Amino acid sequence: MIEKALKGSTGYGLWMLFLLSIMGVGGLCYVQQFNYGLGITGMSRDVTWGVYISQFTFLVGVAAGGLMLVLPYYIHNYKAFGRIVILGEFMAIAAIAMCLMFIIADLGQPMRAMNVLLHPTPHSMLFWDMIVLNGYLILNILCGWVVLQSEYKGIKYPKWIKPFIYLSIPWAISIHTVTAFLYCGLPGRHFWLTAILAPRFLASAFAAGPALLMVIAMILKKTTKFDVGREAQDKLVTIIGYAAMLNFFFLGCEFFVAYYSQIPGHMHTLDYLFWGLGHGDQVYNNLVPFMRASVVMGLAGIALIFVSRARQSDNLLVVSCLLIFFAFWIDKGLGLVLGGFVPNMMDQVTEYYPSAQELGITAAIWATGFFILSILYKVAISVKLEKDA
Amino acid sequence: MNSKRRDFLKIAGLTAIAGIAAPSAFNTLLKGEAIASAGGQHGAAVPTGKRWGMVIDVKKFSENPDLAEKCVSTCHTIHNVPDFGNKKDEIKWIWVDSFQHVFPGDSSHYKQPEALNSMPILALCNHCDNPPCVRACPTQATFKSKDGIVGMDYHRCIGCRFCMAACPYGARSFNWRDPRGKDANGQPFIKAENPKYPTRMRGVVEKCNFCTERLAIGQIPACVEVAAQSKALVFGDLNDPNSEISQILKTTFTIQRKPSAGTHPSLFYII
Repeated sequence: MIEKALKGSTGYGLWMLFLLSIMGVGGLCYVQQFNYGLGITGMSRDVTWGVYISQFTFLVGVAAGGLMLVLPYYIHNYKAFGRIVILGEFMAIAAIAMCLMFIIADLGQPMRAMNVLLHPTPHSMLFWDMIVLNGYLILNILCGWVVLQSEYKGIKYPKWIKPFIYLSIPWAISIHTVTAFLYCGLPGRHFWLTAILAPRFLASAFAAGPALLMVIAMILKKTTKFDVGREAQDKLVTIIGYAAMLNFFFLGCEFFVAYYSQIPGHMHTLDYLFWGLGHGDQVYNNLVPFMRASVVMGLAGIALIFVSRARQSDNLLVVSCLLIFFAFWIDKGLGLVLGGFVPNMMDQVTEYYPSAQELGITAAIWATGFFILSILYKVAISVKLEKDA
Repeated sequence: MNSKRRDFLKIAGLTAIAGIAAPSAFNTLLKGEAIASAGGQHGAAVPTGKRWGMVIDVKKFSENPDLAEKCVSTCHTIHNVPDFGNKKDEIKWIWVDSFQHVFPGDSSHYKQPEALNSMPILALCNHCDNPPCVRACPTQATFKSKDGIVGMDYHRCIGCRFCMAACPYGARSFNWRDPRGKDANGQPFIKAENPKYPTRMRGVVEKCNFCTERLAIGQIPACVEVAAQSKALVFGDLNDPNSEISQILKTTFTIQRKPSAGTHPSLFYII
């Protein structure tokens, strides 16, 4: 089955070459980082996590988003998702692969990564994150591949795979919950110390993951004969739209608690992210344009996605999904992690700007993710189209 | 006995067992070690065994303005703490800061004595009785010893910096670059290497270790030794009611950094 990834159109070949070239450049950046140390990044004593960990956090959500396809199809027997569910599972594989690469890129001593296994530490949330992420990766490879292979052979998938599929459903919730627990269990970081963090993560995940999937499905519709079907498309609009609304509801709750209680620690980071934090005679606001854009894009995306369905417009659907995806990418892939470090524990402010090498490595990991995704989707779509013919 | 009743009793029994077992299982999850860290109780920690602590008399440091910096430089010299000459890569085990930074949130009104913010206040690892950094570390590279000291294993640390996010006091530093290296002018980052204490490698976290290496051979921490004459720093066993530090704490009002974080620091400040 994998051989289907090896031959394709010129467009497919060029796309893969493009990804490989980014991976090559980023690989060189990583060699530099490996030799010099993490000082090559924009991170500092005050902002100790940067784009690597924030991308990781966002991508856990993209991976968990696959749940929104698996659950209706396998639990509620929603047949319309028959063609798209495999795309959700394969997207989870690529997203988790990126998560693991981002973690490794962020380690000061990557060669010692296995210490997490050698010295298992149940009171550390990072230990549990390692378990749930790797478990989810294995579950998705297993379920996706076995089901697709059965389809390839023209038989129904074997019965023994069902328990694994059912297991993957709560497991998807667990990956984003544990990832939220990395942040919300730390005393002293007021911005993260909120019980609503895991629900908020899940809401944005269930919007951003399917939104990205939708964009890819529309690209496939244009470039190949693969069509996920109108009914699946319309149903996904409902899922993405409501999940996105839920995310903004949760964000609103955060604002209320901070600004109504007027507790300084709760307000500071929100001030920094959305209005600029005045400190001494300076105002720190390097993330304000991004965060405001995130809210505007997210709300516009929600409005447009329902309009796109009413008008049955694929173009508008792509635009609204991109708006929602990038809105949540900013919210979680930028503001959430970086904002938590402002102000620091001594009530001082250090702003973070990523370095060129750091951005190169980040781009390369995204490219690697899309490389894996392209291979998997090529196989899946070839099998599906072969069956159609 | 009909079967329904038996089933009910079975379920009731299992529920009871689960109810009894769950809290203790949860406690194990929360604490790496079962040393009494006042987890479920209200108020101060229960004294068990030895627990090293320190009293920092800020008034005495104000009277003797150079003393604080001397403590810092002595510590950094004997522990081979590198100086990179910039804030981004900075590594510090102990440092001098202002009241509003060491005690953020406690400067809530404008009528505080002006002298407060010019006082040199030493900040260092609090060696918490309930340390969030130890809870966060995925490899037990940072750990709490029986004597209350929160230590670091530089050889096990993977450099994930989870402990730095977890520490409410900003006490931890990361080796963003090779501390054994040299700057552009060929000057080593460690000015004069002390062979009695190991240098660290790139990519690991470090912090104050309460001079475990000195305590092991019967010496007091280096900063305390520097400040010994004026008694600006007093070091001792908090669990020994007759120790000098216990006597001071009994008779003098002291404050701690961020007590609301529930970390139970071993450092006390006389302002």
